Amino acid sequence: MRTKSRRRILSAVAATCALTLGATACGSPDPGAEGSAKDVASALESGGKVTVWAWEPTLKKAAADFEKKYPKVHVELVNAGTGDKQYTALQNAIAAGSGAPDVAQVEYYAVGQFAIGKSLQELSPYGASAHDQAFTTGPWSAVKYGNGIYALPMDSGPMALFYNKKVFDRYGIAVPTTWDEYVEAARALHKADPKLYITNDTGDAGATTSLIWQAGGRPYKVEGTEIGIGFGDAGTAQYAATWQKLIDERLLAPITSWSDEWYKGLSDGSIATLSIGACMPANFVTGAPAASGDWRVAPLPQWTKGAKAAAENGGSSLAVPKASKNKALAYAFIEYATTGAGATARVSAGAFPATRADLESQAFLDSPFPYFGGQPANRILADAARDVGTGWSYLPYQVYANSVFNDTVGKAYVSSTTLAQGLEAWRAASAKYGKDQGFTVAE
Amino acid sequence: MITDPTGPSSGTRERTVHSGADSNGAAAGSPGPPVTQPPHAAPRRRRRRAHTPLDPRPSIPLTLVTGLVLVYTLLPLAWLVINATKDQEDLLDSFGLWLGEDFQLWDNISRTLTYDDGAFVRWTLNTLLYVAAGAGGATLLAVLGGYALAVYEFPGRRAVFAVVIGAVAVPGTALAVPTFLMFSGMGLANTPWAVIIPSLVSPFGLYLMWVFTAQAVPSELLEAARIDGAGELRIFFRIALPLLVPGTVTVLLFSMVATWNNYFLPLIMIKDPDWYPLTLGLNAWSAQARTAGGEPVFDLIITGSLLTIAPIVVVFLLLQRYWQSGLAAGSVKE
Amino acid sequence: MSLLPAPAKAVPPSRSRARARRSALVGWGFAGPFAAVFALVFLAPIGYAFQLSLMRDRLIGGTSFVGADNYLRALGDARFWEGSVRVGLFLLVQVPVMLGIALLVALAIDSGRLYGKAFFRVAVFLPYAVPAVVASLMWGFIYGTRFGLVGNLNDAFGLALPDPLSPSLVLASIGNVVTWEFVGYNTLIFYAALKVVPRSLYEAAAIDGAGEWRVVTAIKLPAIRSAVVIAIIFSIIGSFQLFNEPNIMQNLAPNAITTDYTPNLYTYSLAFSGQQHNYAATIAIVMGVFTAVIAYAVQLRGMRKG
Repeated sequence: MRTKSRRRILSAVAATCALTLGATACGSPDPGAEGSAKDVASALESGGKVTVWAWEPTLKKAAADFEKKYPKVHVELVNAGTGDKQYTALQNAIAAGSGAPDVAQVEYYAVGQFAIGKSLQELSPYGASAHDQAFTTGPWSAVKYGNGIYALPMDSGPMALFYNKKVFDRYGIAVPTTWDEYVEAARALHKADPKLYITNDTGDAGATTSLIWQAGGRPYKVEGTEIGIGFGDAGTAQYAATWQKLIDERLLAPITSWSDEWYKGLSDGSIATLSIGACMPANFVTGAPAASGDWRVAPLPQWTKGAKAAAENGGSSLAVPKASKNKALAYAFIEYATTGAGATARVSAGAFPATRADLESQAFLDSPFPYFGGQPANRILADAARDVGTGWSYLPYQVYANSVFNDTVGKAYVSSTTLAQGLEAWRAASAKYGKDQGFTVAE
Repeated sequence: MITDPTGPSSGTRERTVHSGADSNGAAAGSPGPPVTQPPHAAPRRRRRRAHTPLDPRPSIPLTLVTGLVLVYTLLPLAWLVINATKDQEDLLDSFGLWLGEDFQLWDNISRTLTYDDGAFVRWTLNTLLYVAAGAGGATLLAVLGGYALAVYEFPGRRAVFAVVIGAVAVPGTALAVPTFLMFSGMGLANTPWAVIIPSLVSPFGLYLMWVFTAQAVPSELLEAARIDGAGELRIFFRIALPLLVPGTVTVLLFSMVATWNNYFLPLIMIKDPDWYPLTLGLNAWSAQARTAGGEPVFDLIITGSLLTIAPIVVVFLLLQRYWQSGLAAGSVKE
Repeated sequence: MSLLPAPAKAVPPSRSRARARRSALVGWGFAGPFAAVFALVFLAPIGYAFQLSLMRDRLIGGTSFVGADNYLRALGDARFWEGSVRVGLFLLVQVPVMLGIALLVALAIDSGRLYGKAFFRVAVFLPYAVPAVVASLMWGFIYGTRFGLVGNLNDAFGLALPDPLSPSLVLASIGNVVTWEFVGYNTLIFYAALKVVPRSLYEAAAIDGAGEWRVVTAIKLPAIRSAVVIAIIFSIIGSFQLFNEPNIMQNLAPNAITTDYTPNLYTYSLAFSGQQHNYAATIAIVMGVFTAVIAYAVQLRGMRKG
């Protein structure tokens, strides 16, 4: 099946080349280097249809603007599921050799998985390498795998501390600037009113890896097919020790994020803070309208007093599957939607930018958030984006690893297993899967 | 960061397995005369002695005790009905089993029907299409197949039950991807056919119709028709089919519930929201609450769910009589 | 298959071979459409799955033929066996409870001694019509210890009800949801079977002066024995394939319900999160064989006379 679809792709590519450029481009010595910036320009001229699988709401605007700018192009935006639902569909369609889209939204943590599975088109030949300086470091390093660029960042999720100011004020608790203060605040809140919790947590792989990232831990090392997994570093240890206190003292509300109960907790203040990515404000506005004016944004508490470390939580890119029949046009669309005017328009529609230019724009920084009592919250978020720690990488099969997070680390939330033991079990499960899949895993 | 509230339910297949259970009656042994009289057709005879099975007198204690089971089944549904009257804010603020500040049911219904450019209406129409074609087809195939198994001796007949049970015993979740790859190869993925074709098979329906035909269609009748020179098709349509109406309606009803709630296969097969059935649509709305930048619409999901269940209830009430005699005939004793 | 109608009005042996052949032809003509679609949507994917179960596909290294390796791995896979033991336990407790309640309610409705019996019949069946998305929300509310019904009860009466979603209770909570969904379903099956117990038997009993309970044990229960056996068989298959309910509730109790909580959940996460289609297919086939064998054994035993 795999070979069959590969052959189909190659013949499709050959046909495109023959149609648009003639023999010269196809004669390129490097078989990976299909396409060029010229292809993109001519694809825009001749037009056609681009099917996009994505769930990010502001892409609607980008698609409409793009069609307006290039009337011959039709963008069909399909919500094929959110997150791993869509990845499953994408993998199925690729395996089946038909039905794959031209563009797919892929979260940063999943880019590696698709890149190593040879499902995504490498984009440098189309002109992606020209955007080297356009994006912030976190997102940009997430879309690169080996020497290739496999997607363009479309938004980012630098983390901040969202806190319910009303609750903090009522009990005279200061906004924590370090995680130690955070634990203190958690104790004080819960003591003042046992119905109040500093935050909710039932074990979330994304949040845990992000906080380890902020603490300076770098558990995953990836060199091609050689992988190292280890939760033994100082950053991870610091995270685990702090969080263990919150778990042991029952200071975390056992409410799963994104559930209706969770939105309830955000509305009535019983969940007092969230350490979460910058995409959160929109969900606040629609999901907890009753609490409008109560919440504010602050920098994430620090692991070392006075430090300025941040991390990414969430965020997505747009990629072109190899199975796309119109890669040049697909690239044209993702370049439009993620850079320049297209990106700026999406930012004004509510997306949090991954582009430096938008992050530094005064209008963006100054825009007040009525929900946060008029606070220009983007300043804090933009600072966080700049302070994201470098050198982080996810596993090339992070989608699977995250799926077994609650089987392993989750135990720490509901039994006498410690976080450290849970993380060790997670490491072991991830390493085993990696070996099963043919990776070389260093213990 | 993103999770799915319901994930796949293995839709038809699991429903099928459980629904198989009602084939029970089937369990019946030897053929008897077709039973088509309604439950209470037998004339009630007044007797002196109260409390005999023949002359029951309603009992308050028994009604109360059995009523506990009713509370158990209805409590969650009461939650659904009550919460369909609330807006998003009341949903999050007020007690689940009591009304909120405003009675928003009508507003909720109209917003459910118009949200997302009227997607709910589109999904309802899709579901109706799937139910009409899928459940209708499933019933037809089951009636034909059951009739064949009951009336004709043919090679392989005895193996049918074993093969069907063996096949439904294999968990459907692992077969979803192979099925998708096959359908994709045939160019059927992401088309209505990908939902309709798998819905056409109802193992339980086949089994019920087999038993039902054995009970309801006397062989002498068929023999007589053959001697009169009637062709087999003519015999089926003119003689057997009218006798099979109650059983057919039964199979239709259960296939309809299964198709109406079908989730897992459409989830794998359909990527175009224009072809979503209601279950996938509601799920997509529910995923919005889990999407960064998405809009949680719990109020619409709850109202939409109520609207989704309502037609099933209506159909159930309308077909109740047929439904009962259908199952009953399957379990004739003696 | 003793559960099936006796070899129907089949062709008597004295008939000519030509007629037998004709009967076979017409028979397959009628059964053909079902058989064809069944082959397409059940047998072909199972065949495909069997083929997959003999291969291995890795992110690095691609596809290779591995023979029975996957089966050997499944036999030694603790995650698979733990899940199987769990559904076995579930089966032993939940199925008797569910069918017991269903039987009692069916007998109550059938006794004719209930007020509003038509309402009982419909209401008890309703949960079966509820889609999974909705069931998740409803049970999330009921089991919630903070904003949910359990929490409200605790607040209102100063109780300390344990969290129904904690690891030690979650299997029982799943059992409760399954029971809720299917109790009415099975009730109607038993009720329908009771409905056709010949009245002449009751009359005879009344003349003999038998009490109501005696009628139940001596007439009604034996009469619906085969209905009960079939219900058990399909409940066994349903239990081994337990998936919908734990999958729904995984969102509410992510740490208590692991990805290998039941064998079916395990195959699902292998195939969908892990892209291990080959091994998932293997587990599914092992599970299918296992289930079918037990179902047949129960059927043989349940149908034994006496």
